[in-house]
Parts: sequence; structure tokens; C-alpha cells
Amino acid sequence: MTDTPDLAALATASRAEVARQMQICNACRYCEGLCAVFPAMELRRDHAGGTADYLANLCHNCGACHYDCQYAPPHPFAVNVPAAMADLREESYARFAWPSGPAMLFRRNGAVVAVLVSVAVAAFLFALAGRGEGGAAGDFYAVMPHGAMVAVFLPVFAFALLAIAMGVRRFWRAAGPLPITLGDLRAAMGDAILLRNLSGGGMGCMTAGERPDPWRRRFHHWTFWGFALCFASTASGTVLHYFADWPAPYPWYAPPKILGVPGGLLLTAGAAGLIAQRARRDPALRMASDARMGAAFTWTLLLLGVTGLALYWLRATPVMGPLLAVHLGTVFAFFLTMPYGKFVHGIYRTAALVRHAHEQRQSRVPEAEAPVETPGRAVNPGAGPARP
Amino acid sequence: MSVDVLIAGGGNAALCAAICAARAGAHVRVVEAAPKAMRGGNTRHTRNCRVAHDAGNGILTGPYPVDEYMDDLLRVTDGNTDPELARLTLERSAEIWDFLEAQGVRFQPSLGGTLSLGRTNAFFLGGGRSMLNALCRMAEDLGVDLRYGTRVTGIEIEDGFFLSATTEAGWEGHAPVRERVPARAFVAASGGFEANIDWLREGWGDAAANFRIRGTPYNTGGVLRTMLDAGADRVGTVDQCHAVAVDGRAPQFDGGIVTRLDCVPFGIVVNRDGTRFHDEGEEFWPKRYAIWGRLVAAQPDQVGHVVIDAKPADLFMPSVFPPEVADTIEGLARKIGLDPAALRATVDAFNAACLPGRFDHTIHDDCRTEGLSPPKTHWARPITDPPFRAYTLRPGITFTYMGLRVNRDARVLFGGAPSPNIFAAGEIMAGNVLGQGYLAGIGMTIGTVFGRIAGTQAAGALRNARDGVAS
Ligand SMILES: Cc1cc2nc3c(=O)[nH]c(=O)nc-3n(C[C@H](O)[C@H](O)[C@H](O)COP(=O)(O)OP(=O)(O)OC[C@H]3O[C@@H](n4cnc5c(N)ncnc54)[C@H](O)[C@@H]3O)c2cc1C
Ligand code: SF4
Ligand code: SF4
Repeated sequence: MTDTPDLAALATASRAEVARQMQICNACRYCEGLCAVFPAMELRRDHAGGTADYLANLCHNCGACHYDCQYAPPHPFAVNVPAAMADLREESYARFAWPSGPAMLFRRNGAVVAVLVSVAVAAFLFALAGRGEGGAAGDFYAVMPHGAMVAVFLPVFAFALLAIAMGVRRFWRAAGPLPITLGDLRAAMGDAILLRNLSGGGMGCMTAGERPDPWRRRFHHWTFWGFALCFASTASGTVLHYFADWPAPYPWYAPPKILGVPGGLLLTAGAAGLIAQRARRDPALRMASDARMGAAFTWTLLLLGVTGLALYWLRATPVMGPLLAVHLGTVFAFFLTMPYGKFVHGIYRTAALVRHAHEQRQSRVPEAEAPVETPGRAVNPGAGPARP
Repeated sequence: MSVDVLIAGGGNAALCAAICAARAGAHVRVVEAAPKAMRGGNTRHTRNCRVAHDAGNGILTGPYPVDEYMDDLLRVTDGNTDPELARLTLERSAEIWDFLEAQGVRFQPSLGGTLSLGRTNAFFLGGGRSMLNALCRMAEDLGVDLRYGTRVTGIEIEDGFFLSATTEAGWEGHAPVRERVPARAFVAASGGFEANIDWLREGWGDAAANFRIRGTPYNTGGVLRTMLDAGADRVGTVDQCHAVAVDGRAPQFDGGIVTRLDCVPFGIVVNRDGTRFHDEGEEFWPKRYAIWGRLVAAQPDQVGHVVIDAKPADLFMPSVFPPEVADTIEGLARKIGLDPAALRATVDAFNAACLPGRFDHTIHDDCRTEGLSPPKTHWARPITDPPFRAYTLRPGITFTYMGLRVNRDARVLFGGAPSPNIFAAGEIMAGNVLGQGYLAGIGMTIGTVFGRIAGTQAAGALRNARDGVAS
């Protein structure tokens, strides 16, 4: 398949709006200390095209710069950076997605994901109906043999990874080629994992209004780490199965359980918290598109967490079979939609942070400004001694 | 609930006063003319506050002693300041950082493009609106009754003693929703009168119609007018204000900081007739930026045009509006509505007068003109490289200085005698300290210092009986 760079380079209304707002911000700069977006913006005079996509994905949507903006609506300049960035961000996932076919996957993302999850769950329920009844209680492989699981999940997972990699490559190129160094990667990972940019410059996120609070960032942490632990749990199961000759089911102290149970709890609590936060969100911060991409993603995560935990508690009961089908159906749909939904936000954002780390290291902010002086004393950074 | 202290305004001065009065135990009501979304007057457009300090602190890059601050103030005002109040302001400015931080305001190092202020000025993280939001949150937490979209329209004063104010909040049918609010003390923190074009005309004549008001349209000076009519003492003259040259395409009100143009030292500035009128290379821009408002105001139609060529296009802070661009001087002149021949002649004369030199915009370089009037004494390079660019300049009024005379307790003077229960803070009394000129960041200093004093004193004034003598 070939790239379609035209799509990725498309000039769009969302891009133009971000570029328009960034021109105002660049003349203002009051939000410079809030997050990475503003220092990145200040390095340029033109914020069109791939630069707009880059800045949009650098924004963590903490909301702070909206409440701090002297030009927020009803001011005629109508600056609302979080909303403009959110719109463009979602659009950019669609524009860079690989293969660049069905745009409707993004336009009605919430509905698409909901339908896919339902269909996948139904398919698994149908396929696994009545299976494993004679097997040992708690033995998942009696319901779906290990080989079958691998045969079903490996291809879709591998495809998802490939599709995401292709998408992020397009995203990366649109903002201009740049070598990636280990140091930049490390810096970006640090920023990403600590969610440094989701703290409104230290005050906290603004969700329901101009009172900052730490909860959205906390819930995001829980969700991320919960997901990571669940993933690690699954991975450890695979390792034990193939390399340690220790097949499931596992006792509570085995790595899949030790990682999976807290992971499931964190994921469930975090996703539920994020959903509650979304309900409280100030309408001013909501994006114009009603794709409900974020909602679909968080609900899927919540479902993953809940069904995973339920399996843990109820694996020795007769509901185990149907429950496993529901869980596996959700996982399947999750893998399938990974490249075509909110999941990619983490990947694109990390890529943007890598670029940001690189730029900040490379360029001391150029003193593109009028000569400066404090009366009576020359304090021009970089200026030589004043000549008489 | 009865109101102990009524405060007119909604910016820095009003909220500092409200917080201090509430902390002193008073029931405080703040009436802010603007709706909530536009609250905070000019304060929402600020970025920093000039504070005295004996040592740098990791954000402020070095010490700024009171005496040095005083020297700076005396220089910019040409001595046109009340020395007692000036010293009080600068001394108490040393408390501002801690005070604001305790209210939840946060600071950051100086912004890109403003490095010259890194030592003297404390920059608000997220700018003035972020700062104001913190003050509002604190005031709410302290139980202050904040009313938006509510104006003081009348004040009942007897011999310098405040009895009540009339407020208007929105409309009900054909009549405004009026309320008479008796209170035991009143703080006037409602800003200057810069948004009142008719009042500006008294000082500037018809030129005022072409001014851009950089800040809030709500500072129309109603409270100031009422107080002066009730016999309060006036400070300053009607034409004194902070005026800069801003982008002529700025909206009439509320354009804020982004309409600033830093390109003047890099080109020439011509008026409506295509003629130069002042030395563009006289000084570094931050030092001269405040005189260009008046220079442009004195030109026909109150308009100026900066013309630069391709060479310096990236040497100054980006502008919010893109410049007009053309490949020829004549083409540019047509785009900005000037006579092409006149602009050509001005540019040719300027180019011919430029002496060779080594251009360096970070120092007073030796690129200057010879035999040209007015001269350009630095950074003069022939305007020869297309594309040529033009920016329009208009006078931009930041805030007016004429206001209420106060004493060190922020009490408004009536015929020289301090009022027992009327106080003023912020722009409305800034003229006591700023007779003329301006020092970046001192507006917020005056507002914070006198806001705190006014709030504390107003709460204290509650104990004064109606017939008690003013302190
Ligand atoms: C673009 C711009 C940038 C600036 N930058 C800085 C800076 O960086 N540092 C600095 O120190 N200074 C700066 N200033 C100056 C600074 O804004 C003022 O000195 C300061 O904000 C004054 O505070 P204040 O509370 O007195 O007035 P304001 O903040 O203007 O508040 C006055 C309030 O009174 C309200 N009001 C008016 N009339 C009535 C009425 N009748 N009834 C009720 N309420 C009323 C208004 O709505 C407004 O909220 C800047 C000004 C502008 C315009
Ligand atoms: S968001 Fe608003 S206040 Fe912040 S930098 Fe942009 S224009 Fe300025
Ligand atoms: S991360 Fe927060 S402060 Fe930065 S651009 Fe996004 S919403 Fe604004």
C-alpha cells in the first residue's frame, strides 16, 4: 500500500484555526510557563500545516490557558486554545491514520467503537457458547484453547501495531523530518510518563471551571498505569506459557495475577474517574466535533477493567464462560480499533514530546525581538559590551 | 446581610482590598461592572508587577533596592510624584510577592521578548488573568460577595462621609435593576476613565476619536466623576496617561498586549503625508515605546506607518496582524493609502542619508543618517530589499492618570481633609504616584499596595462612629 501524503498535508479549517490562534499567542506569550505548547510555538512565526498538527498533539488539554486567556470569548479574538487543539488533534488522528480509507471510523467514532465492541462480544459469546463446561473450574483454555487465542489475537494485534506505526510516521513527517536521539526519547518519555504538561504549569487541571484540581491528572495516571500493568500481566502470561512451561491457570502470587489484579483495579477506577470528569467538563472546553472518540475509548477501557476483574473473582463459577467471551470480545474490539480511535493520542503525544525535546535542546530561543535594555544598565543577553 | 465595605471595581486593586477587608472580619461586597467572562478590567491584560527586593530569588534575577526603584520613578516622572506616597508605594512593594503568593498567585521568569524586566518585575504565571482568577478564588473563599455585571452609578456622600451607593445590574423590562447599598465604608477601585472617549476629548480634542483603548471598555470613570462632583480632591491633569503606539488595526477597546509593535527602530515611520516626523533610532525601543503614542497622536489623523524592508523582518517580536507587503515602495504606498511619490521621495532621501556602519540591534550601533531632518541616529539602514512591509500605528491608551487625591491610608481627600470612610486604590488614584511617564509594572504595584491599605483601613473604619473624626 502507498502513502497518501496529500491527505496528510491537507489544509483544513481546524489547522487554520490553530494557526490563527497561535499567531495571537505568539504576540502575547502570557501562557509561556503553562506547558510545552507555548515554548514550541514561540520557535516559529508560521504555525500552519504539519506544525499545527504537532502543536495540537503537544497540548495535553489541561484547560489552564483557556481560563488564563485575556482573549477568550466573548472577546472578539476568540482564543480558545484547548478547544482548537482538541478539534485538530482528533482530526489529525483521522488524517494520518493508515490505511487512509474509511473516514467514518473517525467521524462517528463513538458509535463505531460501540458497535464493534458489541459485535465482537456477541461473536465470542456465540463461538464459545457452551464450551469448557466439563473443564476444570477457572481454566480459561478449556473455554478457548491457547492456540486459538493466539491465532485470533496475534494477527489483529500485529496489524494494529503496524497501522499505528504507519500513522505516527506520517504524523512525524508532516511536521518536518528530524533525527531522533536517545536523549530526546528519554526526555519525552519522562514528560509523558509524569504527565508534566497536564498540570497547568503546576496549579492543576481545569475541568469544570477556573478552579484547578489535581484529579483529572490523577485519574489519567491510574488509567495509564492500570493499563500498563494489565498489559504486563498478559505479557508475563505469554512468557510463562512459552518459556517457563508454566501454563494458566495461575495462583494469586504468579506474575500475571500480581500484575493483573492491581492493574485491573487501577484501570477501572481511573477510567471511571475520567468518565466522571468528562461529565463535569466546562462546555467551553468541549470540542466542536461530536465524534465522541474520547468517550468511546475510556468506556472501552472501563469495560476491559471491569470484565477482567470480574473474571478474576468469578472464574470458578458457571458465569466464567460467558464472562470470558465478553472480556475477549472487548479485547478483540479494543485491538481492532486501536489505530482508529483515541488510543493513538498517547503515541502521537509522545512523538510530539520527542520533537519538542529535540527542538528545545537544539535552539536556545532566538532573541527575535526588539533591542532590550533596562534604563541605566545594559542587560542584553548575548550582547557584547556597549560601545561608547 | 448588611454590607460593611462596598468596593467598586473588579481588578487587582478591588480584589486586594476585598481580600484584606474580609480577612479583617468585614462583610465585603464587590461590584464589578463587567460580566464574569470579561471581569478584571485592565488587570486581565497585565503580565507583571514591579517589586523592590534586596536579593534575587531564582525567578527575579537580581536585587532591586527601593532606592534604585525610586531613582527610576523620579526619572520617568521627572519628579512629578508625591514623594511621600511614592516612597510608601515602593517600600511596601517589597511585600507584594509574598502577599500575592499567599493568595494563590504564582510567578515565573520573565517572558520571551521581555528579558530586560527579569530583574525588576515579577511575572505572573499565566498572565494577569490567571493572577486575577487566583484573587477571585481567594475572595470567594473568604466569603466576599462578588457581583458581576453590576455598576456603581451613584454615590451618596455627605461632607466627605460615605452613606450609600446606587448600583445597577442589568435590565428588567425598561428599567435597570437598581439597588441602594448602604455601607460603612467605600473603596473606589474602578480604574481610570480611558474608555470614556468624551472625557478623553477634554484633554486631547477630536484626536481622541482615533485612539485605541488597549484595555477594558468598562473603565469609563463614572465613580471618579461622581466623587469629583461630590467634592473629592483631584490629582493630575486630564491629558496625562500612559500612551503607546499600537497596531492601527487593533480593535477600539481591549486589544491588550498583542497589538504592540516593536518594529519602529528597524525602519522609518511616516505620517499620512508620507513624511517622517521623529528619530526612530533615538533609543532602544522599550525605552522609547511610551513616547510614540503621543508622537502619533500629534500627527494628522493620528496615524503613522512603519516601513521596513526584508532585512529586519524577523528581528522583532511577531505581530498579531500581518504587515502589508509589496515588492515596490510605490506598491506599498498604494496598499496603505499613501501618495506613492511622497513615500518614494521620503525613502530615497532616507536611503541617501544613511552612512555605512556596522548594524547591531543589541547596542547603540553606528548606523545613522547624516544631513537628514529629523535624523535617525541608530540602526539606520537603507530600505532597499524587497519585499517591503508596512505596519500602521495608532495611539494606544493604556490608562489615565487623573484621579482622586489620597493620603497614606488610601483615604480620599475632600478639601484637603481625609474622608473617614472613603478610600481609593489602583488606577483611580495612580496619579498620586505617576504624575507623568511610566515604569513598566508599576500599575499593578500601585494597585496592590493601595488595595491592601484601603481594604485594611476600610475594615478598621467600621469602628469609627458616624461623627468620629478622621484619623
Ligand atoms: C494592555 C495592558 C497591559 C498592561 N500591562 C501591565 C503590566 O504588565 N504591569 C502593570 O503593572 N500594569 C500593566 N497595565 C496597567 C494595569 O492594567 C493597571 O495599572 C491595573 O490593572 C490597574 O488595576 P485597577 O484594579 O486599578 O483597575 P482595573 O484592573 O482596570 O479594574 C477596574 C475595574 O473597575 C470596574 N469598573 C469600572 N467602572 C465601574 C463602576 N462604575 N462600577 C463598578 N465597577 C466598575 C471595571 O469593570 C474593572 O473591572 C497594563 C494595562 C494594559 C491596558
Ligand atoms: S492563550 Fe491567550 S493569554 Fe495565553 S498566550 Fe495565547 S493569547 Fe495569550
Ligand atoms: S496543555 Fe493546557 S495550557 Fe497547554 S495548550 Fe493545552 S490546554 Fe493550554
